[in-house]
Amino acid sequence: MPNENSLAGCSSAPVLKERGQHEVFCGLTSIIWLHRKMQDAFFLVVGSRTCAHLLQSAAGVMVFAEPRFATAILEETDLAGMADAQLELERTVAELLSRRTDIKRLFLVGSCPSEVIKLDLATAAEKLSEKYFPRVNVINYSGSGIETTFTQGEDACLEAVIRGLEPSEEKQLLILGALPDIVHDQMLRILDQLGLKNVSVLPQIRVEDEVAVGSNTYFICAQPFLGASFDEMVRRGAIPITAPFPFGANGTTAWLKAIADTFGVSENTFKAVTDAPRRRAELAIEKVSKILKSRSVFFFPDSQLEIPLARFLNQECGMNLIEVGSPYIHKTLVGPDLELLPETTTLSEGQDVDKQLDRLLLGAPDLTVCGLGLANPLEAKGFTTKWAIELVFSPIHFYEQAADLASLFARPINRSEKLKIGRVA
Amino acid sequence: MKLSVWTYEGPPHVGAIRVATAMENVHLVLHAPQGDTYADLLFTMIERRNHRPPVTYTTFQARDLGSDTASLFKKSCIEAYERFKPELLLVGASCTAELIQDDPGGLAETLGLPVPVVPLELPSYQRKENFGADETFFQIVKRLSRPLEKTEEITCNLIGPTALGFRHRDDITEITKVLNSMGIQVNICAPYGATPRDIEVISQAHFNVLMYPETGEMACRFLERTFSQPFTKTVPIGVGALSDFVKEVSEIVGANEINAETYSQLPWYSASVDSTYLTGKRVFIFGDGTHAMAAARIARDEIGFEVVGLGCFNREMARPMRKLAASFGVDALISDDYLEVEKHIQAIAPELILGTQMERHIGKRLGIPCAVISAPVHVQDFPARYSPQMGPEGANVIFDTWVHPLVMGLEEHLLTMFRDDFEFHDQAGPSHHAAHSPSPKSELIPEAVTEGNLDHKIIWLQDAEKELRKIPFFVRGKARKNTEKYAQNNGYSEISIETLYEAKAHYAR
Ligand code: SF4
Repeated sequence: MPNENSLAGCSSAPVLKERGQHEVFCGLTSIIWLHRKMQDAFFLVVGSRTCAHLLQSAAGVMVFAEPRFATAILEETDLAGMADAQLELERTVAELLSRRTDIKRLFLVGSCPSEVIKLDLATAAEKLSEKYFPRVNVINYSGSGIETTFTQGEDACLEAVIRGLEPSEEKQLLILGALPDIVHDQMLRILDQLGLKNVSVLPQIRVEDEVAVGSNTYFICAQPFLGASFDEMVRRGAIPITAPFPFGANGTTAWLKAIADTFGVSENTFKAVTDAPRRRAELAIEKVSKILKSRSVFFFPDSQLEIPLARFLNQECGMNLIEVGSPYIHKTLVGPDLELLPETTTLSEGQDVDKQLDRLLLGAPDLTVCGLGLANPLEAKGFTTKWAIELVFSPIHFYEQAADLASLFARPINRSEKLKIGRVA
Repeated sequence: MKLSVWTYEGPPHVGAIRVATAMENVHLVLHAPQGDTYADLLFTMIERRNHRPPVTYTTFQARDLGSDTASLFKKSCIEAYERFKPELLLVGASCTAELIQDDPGGLAETLGLPVPVVPLELPSYQRKENFGADETFFQIVKRLSRPLEKTEEITCNLIGPTALGFRHRDDITEITKVLNSMGIQVNICAPYGATPRDIEVISQAHFNVLMYPETGEMACRFLERTFSQPFTKTVPIGVGALSDFVKEVSEIVGANEINAETYSQLPWYSASVDSTYLTGKRVFIFGDGTHAMAAARIARDEIGFEVVGLGCFNREMARPMRKLAASFGVDALISDDYLEVEKHIQAIAPELILGTQMERHIGKRLGIPCAVISAPVHVQDFPARYSPQMGPEGANVIFDTWVHPLVMGLEEHLLTMFRDDFEFHDQAGPSHHAAHSPSPKSELIPEAVTEGNLDHKIIWLQDAEKELRKIPFFVRGKARKNTEKYAQNNGYSEISIETLYEAKAHYAR
């Protein structure tokens, strides 16, 4: 039975730790949405042609006029001596900043090659920050594939941003995580209705949106993949609020409630603000999720959204969980969601893709959530799949998107049922 | 260091993956970090392949560096062999692994695997994707080919088609038909569809058809040197080139060229009255060297366009490209800098762009129609229907594809006559093709004005209206209608954000 959870759930369940071939993006990929979110920022990857090609392939059709990201491609000459590479980087940045006067924040993003040749981007960022002060703030972080997986790129970026925040002892609420505009605004509206003042979001949309941090700062993550940012906030003295992530009606209610309780919002106010949208969400989910009920789902590791989403699919849509894979499990962050997973769920961390595919065959799920590299080959074998990357790009948080989230999973199943012509590829 | 926004070619190991993926019973073990597995999606998503590319990535991490990346590589090789049992194992390194210098070739050698192992040198910091494919295929041929008697009947090999190539699948079919009509059989086609065993008998063909110089020339030169197999120099894209190709083949084998089936509709279509409107249209052509040069000839000699700009992104083709461009009276643009290409197009302001998916985006932005003639391409450039570029059918496909984005015949007259009419204004574009027609200023329709078909007036409150605008434009109209219908059914006179979301939940499916 999908909904009968024991109290402990999965929080202390054994985790299958896999250490084989990973079939995941590296952290650079986060730039695709981060650069849309931070409107005065530019992301300069210091890397290879592969890094540039990855960004382009992940961005797909979104070839923007002049996107706010680019790659400084290392060449044979840069690899010869370190001194050269630093100078080259300064020259490249100068070229970029003279062409793009709208840039106020410049992120130097490390890659595998820049890490392996030990190109010191921290020093470079410091020097460049001084040189372009006060026009441009230069910050460095690593999105390399030897250190980060997919959404961890946003985490590393945010961690670097937090490190540079001014101290403040003011009482405030800080929300971590880049969200699509519509979701971002909904969230702030609801927090405002709850009577919360002094609410800020990181990453800031513009550099002028000043945010500071200190021991009177309460913070909560809106995304489950912000483990390093979480730890950095704690180091800065801020007080974490943890809760299930705001997916679906239950997740959103629990997330908002944790904030409301922290700030002493009355039960009446909380109900007055959340009851209507919550009921609306529940009804909408119920309609959409009929097709999901009692069906089984298997998650390949991708974005670290897997555990909270599995919680939503199980608890609110009635799906059975076969395996929930995640590239990395930050127990403090996803603990509240883990507790709500049925004990029978197989949890896996890391990946050995061939072995996981073997388990998939055995598990024969009704729906497989996986990356783009695996989706079509699995469809051709008769599996119904959902591309995980869409979950990162789409508005899926909070009440008003709850049914949209369910329908992202319902649509592939729906299609499989509609098509009457086989799927021989 | 080179500042790059969009690239025309991936790194060389992507070329190696294109070869491995095109072949059968081959496996590639690539020493690479996890993020490099993105390459799989090029094949499974863009080309819609039903199999994962036959590649094992070692996906080493920071903590492996300096300690045991080499043993990780060996372990990956053994496991890949055990699991996939290939007839041939390719081993190589991506850009990061090249820096840690584990020597995949040497390591694989020590494993004593019972199949041939071909080590690949893929200099990531000097070369690019096409080189990677060319080099990989050459190494495979060099390793596996052996001297054989020529076949009794006249045969040839088709050389160069790979996975993720622009229309390679259909070109193979089309060129096979043309050769068969000349009484020539195909010995093997490679890399596309070939097994390592096929490569072993490559030398028994009488000659090679070099379909794509970018990815097959090194192998063809090697085969010529080693087994005296001549290879064709004309790429049969377009009516004129096809005819030259047939002549060239006839000369090589002494076959009767009269028998070749090369009839295409293109000459008549170009000569028909309607096509007067194509005459003298100014076109800019850009792509890989092979496709761009072929396109230039078709544009000028077979459709009557005026070629106002011509170039390629692969430096390897710079020399022949420059020569051809000079004969067209233009300076060749040899560049892999997307921004430079855009600037160039902007400056010469052509009426049509024939380019890659990059130029398609440039065209969209500048409001210039574009047809795609070369890789890099996107998912829509792998159509379900048969649509080769080579041979007689290729010429038909090309005529249709290039003319499609343009305004044709009488329609052009109407545009000129009613220049100020709102329906026929300059930006209107061809009526048959809304999706590709450039209409840069289309978001002017007032959005919150309710259509008059509702019984009583419903007012959108400002906040709700603002919220509505945040919904993606392609579903906004529907959201607006649904919300108004919902408000009406419930007897509301105003639409608030709350109403908007109530309606959204109501209509959720
Ligand atoms: S895995 Fe490393 S080398 Fe590959 S794209 Fe990512 S950062 Fe670049």
